[in-house]
Amino acid sequence: MAEPACLKVSVWRGGADGHFARYEVPARENQTVLDVVTHIQRELDPSLAYRFACRVGMCGSCAMTVNGRARWTCRTHVRKVVGAGGELELRPLANLPVIRDLAADLSPFFDKWQRAKGHFEPKDAPDGAVPEDFAVVPPGSKARQEADAGIECIGCGVCYASCDVVAWNGDYLGPAALNRAWTLVNDVRDGACAQRLDAVAGDAGCHSCHSTQSCTERCPKNLDPSAAIAGLKRRLFWDTLLGRR
Amino acid sequence: MSASDRRDTPENPQRRARAQTHLWVAQRLTAMVLGLAVLVHLATILVAVRGGLSAAEILERTRGNGAWLAFYAVFALAAGLHGAIGLRNIAAETIGLRGRGADLAWLAIGLLTAAFGIRAALGLYA
Ligand code: HEM
Ligand code: SF4
Ligand code: SF4
Ligand code: FES
Repeated sequence: MAEPACLKVSVWRGGADGHFARYEVPARENQTVLDVVTHIQRELDPSLAYRFACRVGMCGSCAMTVNGRARWTCRTHVRKVVGAGGELELRPLANLPVIRDLAADLSPFFDKWQRAKGHFEPKDAPDGAVPEDFAVVPPGSKARQEADAGIECIGCGVCYASCDVVAWNGDYLGPAALNRAWTLVNDVRDGACAQRLDAVAGDAGCHSCHSTQSCTERCPKNLDPSAAIAGLKRRLFWDTLLGRR
Repeated sequence: MSASDRRDTPENPQRRARAQTHLWVAQRLTAMVLGLAVLVHLATILVAVRGGLSAAEILERTRGNGAWLAFYAVFALAAGLHGAIGLRNIAAETIGLRGRGADLAWLAIGLLTAAFGIRAALGLYA
């Protein structure tokens, strides 16, 4: 198939009630979606708002909806996603308020991270004191492997934007926050396990997940938030049945 | 309707979350019961239809059969609760029906459905 010489890019402009603007961008051999957005902003319309930082898939700030699917734009080659006639449709991340153009407001995402108690609370060191000794955590232990499996999340929000339950239930904590909670539940050095399990239980938490695995399918880091949520459900199931909570 | 219009307004979030967890646990437990009960039910059907099926034959098997009554009472209770909790989840996600009042109504619907099933079983037992 001959590559089209020109990309026909529809870009979301304005807030929630905005509209698509059309731009023509020269097609190149090696080009990421972020390159296309940068070209528009530098050469065609300097008022375009979007977000990026590292350009190499480390910071998680460049995620957008590309042809209907949440992706890191810096790690997405145009040729992998472009339509046959060179069409590209760019929107801000779904399931979040729109600030302007391609910039979504991630505050609800990070607020829920807090609500899920997604931060480490050292067991041996109340008030942030430095513990007397190093904690010994065998890397091969089951708990540590569960924690390691989800630890590399960079908070990009791709999974959150891909989850239908987030769209249906404004309170739902979402895959990233629950994944983070599961890594901490498996951290033997953490002292807030009981409160965290309370925070992730019920309709706003893991029990609303339908295990449809869009989060797992779309996570650019190849993490498995769906499995982490299943872990939380399993833990809460037995804790509830055996009266451990 | 926007997502924020659909929020629950819990009076005590932790207690609500626990009650919701209990509903979830009840749905999984009843699903396990249903999984077994459906197999027993199918096997019963296969055995029952051998050599034709008549009202007299059915009543002969079911009248005064305590084990049979107990099995279908448990089956009906599990189905009623399981179905109602499932519909509760669907209603919450599609029409935003949430809250304590709705949960109590769903529980009542589940128990009522179960009661109809148990009454039918009683009719064949007595
Ligand atoms: C073999 C027996 C059955 C098994 C193993 C079973 C299992 C399950 C499971 C695991 C779920 C949860 C799905 C989720 O959260 O995504 C579910 C949901 C549901 N079940 Fe069943 N079920 C059975 C029979 C029934 C029966 C007889 C009814 C009707 C009375 C029923 C009605 C529902 C409904 C309405 C839902 C809600 C759908 C949802 O939450 O996604 N099920 N079932
Ligand atoms: S598995 Fe659960 S958290 Fe992941 S996308 Fe599906 S419903 Fe959302
Ligand atoms: S789990 Fe994956 S998709 Fe979700 S925020 Fe973390 S890195 Fe991004
Ligand atoms: S710009 Fe940092 S991940 Fe894309």
